[in-house]
Amino acid sequence: MENVNIKIDGIEISVPKNYTVLQAARMANIHIPTLCYLEGINEIGACRICVVEIKGARSLQAACVYPVNEGMEVYTNSPAVRKARKANLELILSNHDRKCLTCVRNRNCELQKLAEEFGIKEIRYDGSSDPVFALDQSSPSLVRDNNKCVLCRRCVAACANQAVSVIGLKNRGFVTEVGCAFDAPIFETSCIYCGQCIVSCPVGALYEKDDIPKVQKAIDNTEKHVVVQTAPAVRAALGEEFGLPMGTPVTGKMVAALRRLGFDKVFDTDTSADLTIMEEGTEFIERFTKGENLPLITSCSPGWVKFCEHNYPEFINNLSSAKSPMEMFGAVIKSYYAEKQNIAKENIYSVAIMPCTSKKFEAQRPEHSSSGAQDIDASLTTRELARMIKEAGIQFNELPDEEFDSPFGEATGAGVIFGATGGVMEAAIRTVYELLEGKPLENLEIAPIRGMDGVKEAELTIAGKKVKVAVCHGTKNAKALLERVKAGEKYDFIEVMACPGGCVNGGGQPIVSSEDRVGKDIRVERAKALYAEDRSAALRKSHENPVIQTLYDTYFEKPCSHKAHELLHTTYTKRNKF
Amino acid sequence: MAEKKVPAFQGTKEQEAQLKEVIAKHKDSKGALIPVLHEAQEIYGYLPVEVQTMIAEGLGLSLADVYGVVTFYAQFSLYPKGQYRIAVCLGTACYVKGSGDILDKFKERLGIDVGECTEDGKFSLDATRCIGACGLAPVLTVNDDVYGRLTVDDVDGILEKYGF
Repeated sequence: MENVNIKIDGIEISVPKNYTVLQAARMANIHIPTLCYLEGINEIGACRICVVEIKGARSLQAACVYPVNEGMEVYTNSPAVRKARKANLELILSNHDRKCLTCVRNRNCELQKLAEEFGIKEIRYDGSSDPVFALDQSSPSLVRDNNKCVLCRRCVAACANQAVSVIGLKNRGFVTEVGCAFDAPIFETSCIYCGQCIVSCPVGALYEKDDIPKVQKAIDNTEKHVVVQTAPAVRAALGEEFGLPMGTPVTGKMVAALRRLGFDKVFDTDTSADLTIMEEGTEFIERFTKGENLPLITSCSPGWVKFCEHNYPEFINNLSSAKSPMEMFGAVIKSYYAEKQNIAKENIYSVAIMPCTSKKFEAQRPEHSSSGAQDIDASLTTRELARMIKEAGIQFNELPDEEFDSPFGEATGAGVIFGATGGVMEAAIRTVYELLEGKPLENLEIAPIRGMDGVKEAELTIAGKKVKVAVCHGTKNAKALLERVKAGEKYDFIEVMACPGGCVNGGGQPIVSSEDRVGKDIRVERAKALYAEDRSAALRKSHENPVIQTLYDTYFEKPCSHKAHELLHTTYTKRNKF
Repeated sequence: MAEKKVPAFQGTKEQEAQLKEVIAKHKDSKGALIPVLHEAQEIYGYLPVEVQTMIAEGLGLSLADVYGVVTFYAQFSLYPKGQYRIAVCLGTACYVKGSGDILDKFKERLGIDVGECTEDGKFSLDATRCIGACGLAPVLTVNDDVYGRLTVDDVDGILEKYGF
């Protein structure tokens, strides 16, 4: 890339020709505040917080969209710039429901931070207190409070980036708001509850449905046996809520915290991820041998499943009927575990800690009650767990590392990598290969399906046959891949995760501000924690997990047995697109 | 807006065919949405969810995008217009001469809000910006008929004339 020479606040710097003023300023270590800007997702120059003075230009320009050119002179801290930024911020604040103390984003809010940085002491404009927007609490996963909304459109862009696009801006003037067409509540739309809107929101206009009270109530009820499971991606990100660097694995501390919160048993969802691999792998072998309903498409990601049901019902038969690890665990806890421990399943309260908001929806799907009760009683996000830990006064960083409880504490590295894009496929291949070949797989790490390319492919030879697999993450990439399949491209096995990067970047994960995302890829950093745990695991293949072997020997008999089908498999429903 | 009454959609096969033609005509050009919305409103008289859904599908857009544009421009209507379209001017001159009260009286008599249509499809009510007849303030139009220098008491007479 060709470079151009520009001058920012008197500093001469050479930057790539395709840079914006904002990128150039960052290169020169000059801070330009932003609000609506979210790198790679929303770059529209709408909020005017990043305005700068450019010599020769008629008016102030938005740095986030203004391209650099040779000889340009930029001033980021002139009186005109400071005055305009402050006025713009005051105007945004004038319409904002400024109840910071009771806001879910208190101390993690980009608007609050700007107000502090700009030294806002008063807001000179009255704004409009009318209308007061009603909260949209229609879904089991998300809540929208437009009284907090700053109309930055980051959520709208994130939704479009997922090829879901159920939200948009509507009306104009003071009544402008973000919402669904025809003012439909989000529950009535094809929203997949991935929560990418939440993690994109700079303020408290979007958050998960708060399920802490019902979990707390169950813990406080001494008659309830409260069991908790934690998904792999949670351990890779929970530490961020307590100031630890991104990508710090906190498995042991997390287990200790859960125990201190009063959960009776702390289990690892990785164990049931191993179970999912056994079921799904067996299902693949069956389908592959018969050549039926190929490609087999993974179904662990509830956002992806709902996306498929709404937009690609013709692929429902391709979805693996194996439940997600969370739901398999739910069914096993209220059947096998309840019987073994001699606890009535009515007295078990089953909680899942997930990096995901869509899991809240999955948990209440009527199909997921194969134990005779709702298999999962509550699904909390990583953020909700962090809030519980803070509220309980637990000093997270000082906790000792503790181990998961038996009998479901043992998991393999294959289960751990479920949390990153490509992980399910890699885990499945490790098992499918050995089941079909009858000999150990030499290289366990399958590089072509790791990493952050939108669609990744690999061709393997297993038992003398070619197996073509594809991995994609982000439903936009899933859409692109499925269109290729519709056009005739042949695959045998496809992994889809709804969120970009997979569960590590799920909608229930700690929120990273636009500024903190600069220069690093959250998805890569968090995934590193999982791959490190896999590498150091004693067992790295699902079928070698002794817990799983015992489960089959004493309960399910074999993968995809009649009993396994009853408890560990599910069905899907065609849903409308609009 | 959701609480407003929308009569059942009564689009015909002919209208649908016309709309499909319009969509096909504009589909590949940039910025197709607004011309398509204009022509769709000419065909149907308004842009209900059924029509917007056909447009969204036809142009490969999301319904939220289409709805966003429809609700941004005052030109587009989500509600059908009546056989008699009553438009009360709320421009400055008319407003200070009491057109707000006249508008309220129509709302009360017809039982509808601004932008809505009576259930029998006969009357619709709109509030307009200045229509340039300030000398006649307060002024209103019913289709192409203009009524000026009105008081609240004239409302019943006007409605009677159109068979209310």
